[in-house]
Amino acid sequence: MKAFRILAAGLAGLSFAAMAHAEGGAAHPHEPEGGWPFEGAFGQFDLPSVQRGYQVYREVCSSCHSMKLLSYRNLGEQGGPFFDPEYPNPNNNPYVKALAADVEILSPTPNEFGDYDFRPATPADQFKSPFANENAARAANNGAAPPDLSVIVKARHGGASYIYSLLTGYPHEDAISTREVTPAVVTTPASDNGTPDDPTDDIAEVTTPAVIQTVIDVSKVHIAGHDAAEGEHGEAGLLIQPAGQYYNPFMAGDTTPQYEGDPRHAPPGGFLSMGPQLLPDRVTYADGTEATPEQMAHDVAQFLAWASEPKQTNRKSLGLPVMIYLGILTILLWFSYKRVWRKIEH
Amino acid sequence: MTEQTAQPLDETVDDDRRNFIHIATGAVAFGGVAAFAIAAIDQWNPAADTRAASSLDVDISKVPLGSEIRVLIGGKPFFLRHRTPAEIAEAEAVNVENLRDPETDDERLRPMQDGKLNRAMLITSGACTHLGCVPVGPAQGNTGEYGGWYCPCHGSEYDTSGRIRKGPAPKNLPIPNYVYVSDTVVNISL
Amino acid sequence: MSGHESSYTPTNGFTKWLDKRLPIVRFANDTVVTFPTPKNLNYWYTFGGILAVCLAVQILTGVILAMHYEPNVNGAFASVERIMRDVPFGWLLRNIHANGASMFFFAVYIHMFRGLYYGSYKAPREVLWILGCVIFLLMIATAFLGYMLPWGQMSYHGANVITSLFGAIPLVGESLQTWILGGPSIGNQTLQRFFSLHYLLPFMIAAVVILHIWALHVPGNNNPTGVEVQDVEKDTVPFHPYYTLKDSFGIVLFLIVFAYFVFYAPNALGHADQSIEANPLVTPAHIVPEWYMLPFYAILRAITFDLGPIPAKLLGVIFMFAAIAILFVLPWLDTSKVKSMRYRPVARQFFFGFVAVCLLLGWCGASTPSNPVFPALQGEDALVVSYTQDGVEATSTYKGGGEAYVDAKRFMDGLPEDASPSLSAVPAPAFTFSQLSLILTFCYFGYFFILFFIGLTEKPKELPESIHKSVLKRHKATSATTAPAE
Repeated sequence: MKAFRILAAGLAGLSFAAMAHAEGGAAHPHEPEGGWPFEGAFGQFDLPSVQRGYQVYREVCSSCHSMKLLSYRNLGEQGGPFFDPEYPNPNNNPYVKALAADVEILSPTPNEFGDYDFRPATPADQFKSPFANENAARAANNGAAPPDLSVIVKARHGGASYIYSLLTGYPHEDAISTREVTPAVVTTPASDNGTPDDPTDDIAEVTTPAVIQTVIDVSKVHIAGHDAAEGEHGEAGLLIQPAGQYYNPFMAGDTTPQYEGDPRHAPPGGFLSMGPQLLPDRVTYADGTEATPEQMAHDVAQFLAWASEPKQTNRKSLGLPVMIYLGILTILLWFSYKRVWRKIEH
Repeated sequence: MTEQTAQPLDETVDDDRRNFIHIATGAVAFGGVAAFAIAAIDQWNPAADTRAASSLDVDISKVPLGSEIRVLIGGKPFFLRHRTPAEIAEAEAVNVENLRDPETDDERLRPMQDGKLNRAMLITSGACTHLGCVPVGPAQGNTGEYGGWYCPCHGSEYDTSGRIRKGPAPKNLPIPNYVYVSDTVVNISL
Repeated sequence: MSGHESSYTPTNGFTKWLDKRLPIVRFANDTVVTFPTPKNLNYWYTFGGILAVCLAVQILTGVILAMHYEPNVNGAFASVERIMRDVPFGWLLRNIHANGASMFFFAVYIHMFRGLYYGSYKAPREVLWILGCVIFLLMIATAFLGYMLPWGQMSYHGANVITSLFGAIPLVGESLQTWILGGPSIGNQTLQRFFSLHYLLPFMIAAVVILHIWALHVPGNNNPTGVEVQDVEKDTVPFHPYYTLKDSFGIVLFLIVFAYFVFYAPNALGHADQSIEANPLVTPAHIVPEWYMLPFYAILRAITFDLGPIPAKLLGVIFMFAAIAILFVLPWLDTSKVKSMRYRPVARQFFFGFVAVCLLLGWCGASTPSNPVFPALQGEDALVVSYTQDGVEATSTYKGGGEAYVDAKRFMDGLPEDASPSLSAVPAPAFTFSQLSLILTFCYFGYFFILFFIGLTEKPKELPESIHKSVLKRHKATSATTAPAE
């Protein structure tokens, strides 16, 4: 039986390890320095950071990304960033009321004439969505609808670390340059329809004027948390950014078609429609924290982690007494069980 | 171990039943089930979003004189009535002692932020205290015998202070929790 | 029940009155109190009790969640998140229910492997075993239906994959698929019927569990020796308090694991894509079922070839269902008269191999079929230049490290302008998960057929005369080995 147990445990561990694979093609997300305060069995959110994260969301992200599952009242609920023990009901919390009233929303209920008015939001209202619907979001964003951020940390492998890595992972501007190419010289998949004998294709190539391409020198791209692999990607090669797209090593995807170089060593990651957003001092923090890109990414990732599971604090704080209780019950049952069986040969 | 005991098993078990360890184990196990029951029962309570919908700011400046507006808060109806001076006088002139549910008109009003009463504005629940029908009022053109509201279900009549005057209802129309946020806005909560 | 005289005596007037009219107290007493149970059951036998707790927990939390859930494509995803955010203790109840499914399957697999090891499927317990297989089938159906309800990406596309399997059945398949979906695709109507059935099936499981326990109590428990009870006095103890306490101890140990997942890793067994609302236009990069379905999923995907007139898709479906169906006939496939693998040295080794095969199949199910099993042994990709020369398409292959790229580039530069060369990397041939799955699939089925032949030829070890004797012998052995240490 012992062999069976060891074998089973080993193989079970193996199959669980196999399940925890990273999303194909992308660099593995890394934590900020010092890790996340909410990790581990006793980890809790760093509320000042979550508060700053709300500011980053409000001032930067919310212009494109909705958070439909959140209401302003959530900010003032127990465990939320603006919870005030004096106001157990967040609807009465004046600070939350002010945060809500700061945003003008289209009332979800019609007025007495049947029209929908704009009014300041109340704590009971949902977070304002930047676009009326998904089609509007897509039309305004170059065909790619920005995802809703309500549960984004649960919805991505790597969670908050993924958000942090993505936001801070864009290549440094030193690595980015532009070049002018005439399509006749470089045939990118985008300008070649794949049939060399197609006359329309050839004509298009000849008559298309020179285009400005944004190219990334892969040898200058530093992927945080991937120092060991530096040499692997250190080979010279150019990555051509498609128009309106941005390269990010943490985005799931495949860079091979856009890579000029050894296709076996195409850099990790992919392209996304969102460019780098968190430029230094994009927001001004009220508490005097310096708004570096890393700081803002850290804060907003923590805010989004809170938003994805606002009850995480309750979960962990209930977990400990439950575990202690089960431990005590186990010990009591053991003695009870041994006592009952003490006279039985088994 | 010694050889198999010859005595019947049931007796040894029964002797042992009152042993401390068994009682302790049983008590702790019961405690755990009870704790889980708390969670399973607490979920019947209103959820946070339901509670958030149980308070409303109402602009009272738009209530027409001599009539009322009706609002729903968490699915419950409320009347906000803008009373005429005649209606106010009528409500104050009533001899409270003769009423089924004695309350003065002043007791049925809440102070504004400056501490004074806004006698023109009467805010009451919109559910008849008999069986919960919604009475008709000035907006429906029927204010009943006492000038307030009339419940068509079983004929309860309320006066201009929302007090029960006639019919089967036992109590006055209840006054909800409300506060004046400003002179023209009241916050009503359940 | 048989082999066990009722020992219940009503004590007061009311119980005497009730016993003559509805002997329910007598029934409960005979079933869970005085029922004679072999005294040598080990901890692997506590999983029956654990499973009963799992079912009760799933039904209780499920009924509660149904009070808050909204079976509608527009509201399902948000209503599940509302449970997690706004309903008092909703996060706890939902985490218990979602992880409870995993715990349920974890326990049922151990329970089944225990039955396989100790030969609990053999006469006179064939019906007991078959009822267990029916429960397992109902559990799979319930889990599949329930996985649809949160209306995440995996819900939608997983259900899409599985319902399209029904479409592979000849003649009736497409009608059957449309009939299950209630339309051309998964939609609101599908979600509603899945919700309805997800609520119904657990009660059917509960009903079959009653039959399962009934069928257990007629021949009585099997035990690790596989030797039947001969002397009730010597070989057995009453179920209560001996096994109620032993089972409770096992249950609480199990609850510790359960609570760990609920409180500290509630999403560890799930998939991140389940937190993205279903979008019929975007399929996730890798569709994987929950971990407990992975071995069957691997068998489904392992079949990539047509067999005569049977297309690969149908063949995969046949093999997947056969993997469960073969369990139903197992009592007649195993020819050995000896129940417990303890006394079957050859079959025992094959049993351990079978467990390994099942776990490895799970690994295959979680992996991308075309990926190599041993990435470390994978050679470097080859570079292939495709170009056209004189109107004919041609390729040129370069193998090796960085110099291969330089060579390929030089070759491309040297080509005439109208050659339109393109460079791509082609993986070196490797042993893939797809191939491993196929081998393991044959091992899976092979085990059951090999049991047939082992049973005919194997020379079993000497069986103990009785449960009582085996217990005494084991105690002597342990006291002999521990004696020198004292």
